[in-house]
Amino acid sequence: MNAASSLTYLDHAATTPMRVEAVQAMLPFLTERFANPSGSHRFARSVRQAVDEARDVVAGVVGCEPGEVVFTGCGTEADSAAIVGAQRRHGGVGVCSAAEHHAVLHAVEHGGGRVVPVDAAGRIDLDRLVTALGPDVSVVSVMTVNNEVGSISPIADVASAVREHAPQALLHTDAIQAACWLDIREVFSHVDLLALSAHKFGGPKGVGALVVRQGTVLEPLLQGGGQERDRRSGTHNVAGIVAMAEALRLADIERHSEVARLGVLRNRLVDTLLDTLPDVIETVPRDAKIAGSAHLCFADIESEALLYFLDEADVCASAASACASGAMEPSHVLAAMGVDKRYALGALRLSLGYTTTDIDIDRAISVLVPAVGRLRGGPR
Amino acid sequence: MKVMVAMSGGVDSSVAAALLVEQGHDVVGVTMRLWGGESDTGCCSVSDVDDARRVAQQLGIDHLVFNFTDDFNEHVVNPYVLAHTTGITPNPCIECNRHVKFARLSERAMLLGFDAVATGHHARVTPSDPHGDGGRDGGDGRNFELERGADRAKDQSYVVHMIDQGELARTMFPVGAMTKPGVRAHAARLGLRTATKPDSQDVCFITSTGGRNTFLGSRIPFRSATVVDTAGATVGEVPAVEMVTLGQRRGLGLAGGGPKRFVIDIDADQGVVTVGDEADLLTPSHTVHDMTWLHAPDRVCTLETVLVQCSAHGTPKPATVSIAADGRTVCVRWIEPQRRISPGQSMVLYDASDRFVLGGGICV
Repeated sequence: MNAASSLTYLDHAATTPMRVEAVQAMLPFLTERFANPSGSHRFARSVRQAVDEARDVVAGVVGCEPGEVVFTGCGTEADSAAIVGAQRRHGGVGVCSAAEHHAVLHAVEHGGGRVVPVDAAGRIDLDRLVTALGPDVSVVSVMTVNNEVGSISPIADVASAVREHAPQALLHTDAIQAACWLDIREVFSHVDLLALSAHKFGGPKGVGALVVRQGTVLEPLLQGGGQERDRRSGTHNVAGIVAMAEALRLADIERHSEVARLGVLRNRLVDTLLDTLPDVIETVPRDAKIAGSAHLCFADIESEALLYFLDEADVCASAASACASGAMEPSHVLAAMGVDKRYALGALRLSLGYTTTDIDIDRAISVLVPAVGRLRGGPR
Repeated sequence: MKVMVAMSGGVDSSVAAALLVEQGHDVVGVTMRLWGGESDTGCCSVSDVDDARRVAQQLGIDHLVFNFTDDFNEHVVNPYVLAHTTGITPNPCIECNRHVKFARLSERAMLLGFDAVATGHHARVTPSDPHGDGGRDGGDGRNFELERGADRAKDQSYVVHMIDQGELARTMFPVGAMTKPGVRAHAARLGLRTATKPDSQDVCFITSTGGRNTFLGSRIPFRSATVVDTAGATVGEVPAVEMVTLGQRRGLGLAGGGPKRFVIDIDADQGVVTVGDEADLLTPSHTVHDMTWLHAPDRVCTLETVLVQCSAHGTPKPATVSIAADGRTVCVRWIEPQRRISPGQSMVLYDASDRFVLGGGICV
């Protein structure tokens, strides 16, 4: 196995390397500060304080009250807590876009909900959303940023439509891919519920948050000790929570400069590939997506084959989501966007993040160009 | 050599991978995801992929999963279902080998720069012997033999018979020279988790609980049929003519007693199943089409007697063959009359020594 330093890691949308500061922040809670924050001794209270402070930090970045932050075990749990929790409490059905992450799509479909088509950039079709809304809708879920192609949803417009045509419905957004790229305060100002996942912004895996606007009532997924104000039972993952807050704080501080820096790198990567290789499309126009996302579709190439060559050269990238066996599944996002199958089969996602440098971009280009040529029958 | 080994998660392909590593090859393990539906056996379940991955980890080789579900549906499952509506019963394992393992996977391997594809089949690829028997001399530029596996009881040359010379040149069957107990012993020596895993049975996309009846019943409309005897008298009825196979004895709604009666003809369109006694099942000859050849048919033509095998582990029976001009169709004339076999089944021709595959095709 190669050391991480020899890898060209362009798969930040899958997961990010942990920030050193976040690792440092969590270590005491994995060692000497091991107390259960729900305990009644001073040892527990000091740990409880760390959780409270982490909650304050997250609330500051989201622009909400600390009491509106509910820590969860992962981003998927946050999505389920919102969608399943709303349906169980209020009845009715869910509505979501066809390009949602499976954490949302499967939860809505499982509850017999409605799936709204998207446009060619992967954004929900607002007219079709309006026709899907009605008095039976209890929750609407529209992602802030698409995990595969990087497109940004028009959340303000979605909110207007929902408030007008289904005023009883809760509006949830899966903001799991957004934290490094968009001001979460602005996003949360439009919605009732918002999901985050720590490992997408330099935090650890196994911790997330659902932000629940005050006055919004959900049926909890777990029954138990009543932690998180009865909204999420289960002993707190203190180390994860503390590290998540630290990572989110840094992502928020650095967002403005990182968006500018990584946008330049992303543009160079995509422009070079588009200029060098024929029959490549940029799946989503750049003005419709986040700065860290490069999503390309290569005609007459299969993603699995392309990823093999990238993998051999220690370039980490991805195509679509993998199933339980590890096989690539055809992308439901590209299918919903109506991407021509000749191109959709050759999808490639390169996602940048805080560790990405010029060297990574150079490496990716130097590996990708010959790999594509070879797969199209060029010299071996 | 750079070798891609297809790892199903079973013991044979596990040991195949291990042997290639021991031989010093640059080995990558691949598990094909073929069937997206319900499954409890074969090569597609997540637990089988887990086994393949864990063995690869133990051997220190890379392991990849390729998604060939579209190809599998198009070339194996859909034709299998469709064939049953016309009274044809194909062998899906053979079609999978023909269209997926030794086509799609092999093409992918070549594209990715591999020199060879290996599987865990019990069969052997051997160089032709120019001084050996009966004209198999490599003079026509084709110089490999597909030979039965060393373990005659586990031999799988029948299901891989469609490999052509070009494909054979880049195919490896590392366990083909071993006995099954030898394979298991080798796996046990290496401590592979698949050492005692049972052999896979039946068709991988059909569950043991639901069976063929449930699988086909949810995909095609079943039609009932009248069962008649050779004199035309109605003697029974079946709910699904699609489920009836040639030679079948049970489940025909026949009255008990009397001599054994077998299905000797199925007319799916008219909804008539004819039963008769065992002698009515016998035939002096069969027509076989869609032949593939490991050797030019004109060479086979010079062989007086060949041995013809009609099922995966059936006993080969002697016959003579005459070959149509296009080489795609042959007439198999049995030395002794044999039971008829269902249209769609594969018939594979072996040389008189019963060691080497000559070619094979589909029974009309």
